[in-house]
Amino acid sequence: MTGTTADTAAPTAIPAVRLPRRRGTELGLLVLAVLLPVYGYCAVGLAKSGSIPPGAAGYGAGLGALALLAHLAVRIRAPYADPLLLPIAVLLNGIGLVLIYRLDLETPADRAAPTQLVWSTLGVGLFIAVVVLVRDHRVLQRYAYLSVAGALLLLMAPIFFPAVNGAKIWIRLGGFSIQPGEFAKVLLAVFFASYLAANRHALAYTGRRVWKLQLPTGRVLGPIVAIWLFSVGVLVLERDLGTSMLFFGLFVILLYVATGRTGWVAVGLLLAALGAFAVGGLEPHVHSRIEDWLHPFASIDAGQGPGQLAQSLFAFSAGGMLGTGLGLGHSILIGFAAKSDFILATAGEELGLTGLSAIILLYGLLVERGFRAGLALREPFGRLLSLGLASIVALQVFVITGGVTGLIPLTGMAMPFLAQGGSSVVTNWIIVALLIRISDSARSQYDGTAPP
Amino acid sequence: MTSCIRRAAIVCALLLVALLVNATRIQVFQAGSYEDNPANRRQAIARYAQARGDILVGGTPVTSSEDTGEQLRFERRYSDGPLYAPVTGYASQAYGTSLLENTEDEVLSGTDPLLGPIPGWNDLTRDRSPGGRVVTTINAAAQQAAYRGLGSRKGAVAAIEPATGRILALVSTPSYDPGRLSGNGDSVKEAWAQLNADPEKPLLNRAIHQTYPPGSTFKVVTAAAALEEGVVGDVDRPTDSPDPYTLPGSESRLSNEVDDCEDAPVRYAFEWSCNTVFAKLGVETGLDAMAGMAQRLGFNDGGLTIPLPVSASNFDTKMDDAQLALSSVGQFDTRATPLQMAMVAAAVANGGSVKSPRLVDRTTTDDGSTVRTAGVRTLRQAMSPSTAAQLRELMTGAVEEGTGSNAAIPGATVGGKTGTAQHGVGNTGTPYAWFISWAQADGAPEPAVAVAVVVEDAAANRAEISGGGSAAPIAKAVMETVLNLRATPRPDPRRDASAGGRPAHRH
Repeated sequence: MTGTTADTAAPTAIPAVRLPRRRGTELGLLVLAVLLPVYGYCAVGLAKSGSIPPGAAGYGAGLGALALLAHLAVRIRAPYADPLLLPIAVLLNGIGLVLIYRLDLETPADRAAPTQLVWSTLGVGLFIAVVVLVRDHRVLQRYAYLSVAGALLLLMAPIFFPAVNGAKIWIRLGGFSIQPGEFAKVLLAVFFASYLAANRHALAYTGRRVWKLQLPTGRVLGPIVAIWLFSVGVLVLERDLGTSMLFFGLFVILLYVATGRTGWVAVGLLLAALGAFAVGGLEPHVHSRIEDWLHPFASIDAGQGPGQLAQSLFAFSAGGMLGTGLGLGHSILIGFAAKSDFILATAGEELGLTGLSAIILLYGLLVERGFRAGLALREPFGRLLSLGLASIVALQVFVITGGVTGLIPLTGMAMPFLAQGGSSVVTNWIIVALLIRISDSARSQYDGTAPP
Repeated sequence: MTSCIRRAAIVCALLLVALLVNATRIQVFQAGSYEDNPANRRQAIARYAQARGDILVGGTPVTSSEDTGEQLRFERRYSDGPLYAPVTGYASQAYGTSLLENTEDEVLSGTDPLLGPIPGWNDLTRDRSPGGRVVTTINAAAQQAAYRGLGSRKGAVAAIEPATGRILALVSTPSYDPGRLSGNGDSVKEAWAQLNADPEKPLLNRAIHQTYPPGSTFKVVTAAAALEEGVVGDVDRPTDSPDPYTLPGSESRLSNEVDDCEDAPVRYAFEWSCNTVFAKLGVETGLDAMAGMAQRLGFNDGGLTIPLPVSASNFDTKMDDAQLALSSVGQFDTRATPLQMAMVAAAVANGGSVKSPRLVDRTTTDDGSTVRTAGVRTLRQAMSPSTAAQLRELMTGAVEEGTGSNAAIPGATVGGKTGTAQHGVGNTGTPYAWFISWAQADGAPEPAVAVAVVVEDAAANRAEISGGGSAAPIAKAVMETVLNLRATPRPDPRRDASAGGRPAHRH
């Protein structure tokens, strides 16, 4: 993930030589990425009922067909794309489906896996659409202000819908609930990348200098700070601290990379600390989360039984090094949100530290490939966009994993691809599609057959 | 820009490392303490996920497990709960375990490493062996006889096979059905609260956890010490005993409830339970010899396990002569569990050798292969075989001639000693009726059973309470059952006026 090998591609690439496209590698990895979840699916059935579940073949065929269609789209429209991105996405999505199916067995009245499968199909459909329709990621730069308008609209929409479990982040339409904030992430990343790519020199070099900080002019800084304040304000109103932190982190990273000014990071961290202190002290919902984090077993001492975080820690610890095996843990004791926010606890208990580390490393690899695609590009928008998209994944993984393992205060957020939640899985497929598109551009520019 | 991207990548890598380190902390280093947290239900779920092994009496399980289909799946059931409660105890999902369910829990719940194919195997596979079985030494018929004998009265019975220490009956009344405590629901909570609040203390195992003043049954110990020390040469020679006896160094006088105790020989004093003779005899024997004999027989031992931990019986080791005189007739601070007094009778019956009493014959896996077998273990030689033989003679006399006539069994030699222990402030409490005895079938090489019976509230009328009247018939029923000499049901011997001969005797 350090990206040290990324720029070795530049000096060694000789324009006349045709680059290997590595589509065969991708196909081979996809086969593994489909077989592993199918194996997991069978393991759950064997552990719970002693027989291979009847839908195993159908499930494998369905996942395989989706992977194959996605692969064909990539092979035709993005032949130079990074061969690791798609298999990682398929594998994570497959593992997520297995874990949700496994938890469904404990809650026969509430089955989430079929819905999740529908959303995954929709996500792969959108993945194919993006890969096929977006011929060049640079066209997105033109829609920067449309993106930000759309993002704000999406973020504001849930205010008009009733709160669910203390957070106003859902829109309920028919039987489906949608989290518009998930889609807003991509749109905001597009806007930030586009705006910063256009104005990075102004942000970096103009304006007054105060002590060691170079302050930009209000004309440049105004719009971006306004939009940031607005999005964060909306999120605090909706009590969704996780997404708020994600946007803020994304903003700081992109600003730093675009301008190269460490001062921005200092200002950002200071703002974050102030915000966290204020919100943590004033907002009861957030305050209770911080109390839970500091004293996860306080409710046990108070005689009220273990809280969610305590149950989550129990689940992780029950997994130990090698895990109990799929279907043999008791992570359902977590209760509410076991399939969404706390899905990782099931992975930790049943797959152990070994399986959990493997999953975290898969995310690490996904992020690394995103960073690498950005490094290989020469134009700033693509660089910032791929960096932003990869950072979204990285920050989400850190915030949710750190939250459920007691490293940082818990904030409700979906683990990319793993957790139950349609909006999240669809958004992540779009993110992967954009990374595929960017990596295709990044690598094809070095190929003798591609336009310069 | 490139170097900035690299730095951002390094930050992401550090975040990832932080996640992995933290996951290792939780899943490896903290795992043990989280697993043992009482609020973590996983251990309970695993514990109740399989049927609990059974406790066997006479080859037949007296317990079973029922699959409730709940999160904690299997619940304990008892086929004859109140009868065997002083043996099995309870196995409750809400309130833990007691007695054999407690001490043999590892075998019953399948966690005992010896149940696995090789030691350590289950730790490796994270598996649990099927619950093993506990085969008790209890004789079902004797247990029933004792339980029926006590009936609705409060009391306890302990019966031992003298030569081996096998416990044949362990009964405590009033009893309770441990099955009421098995689950974890509201009815269990209510039952728990009710049983604990009950003034009759049904959860108390009186046979091993309640000490009583042993009263005149302790004269067996006093006689043993006196004979062993040579204080008494000939049991038929008259002793120099005043009646009443003034306690040394005090004005208090000890009297008898029977006649002819003045200067009575030890045999007469034993058969008719003369307090004066034995009080003086205890003082003559001396504190060291008395305490030594009591301790060799098991008094003052808080570490006895059968494997249930048995409460220590008490004989003070620091007393003045007046206190020693009272202690020698089982009063003052002297206290004994029914099991302890059964051990005294068993030692006499077994030539002075005290065998370690035990309730578990062996433990086996669920398919019956033996895990552990308990062997006969000699605790101590409490007295010489000749002293034991003299004592057997005295005890036999007490049944044939004296206060214990209600325990006589045709076709067997029975030795016994009655006791009626005063207690409470100013001895105002309802006295405890005691009887300890042993029985040897005619033609048998050795006594097959030793019994101790205590009845707490033998009768509403104090005057009717006596060891011979209330407790002896119960001991007799148990001994008959063990010797297999039980004839067709007969009229209640307590109502049989001709049995006693001198029904007024109380000691």
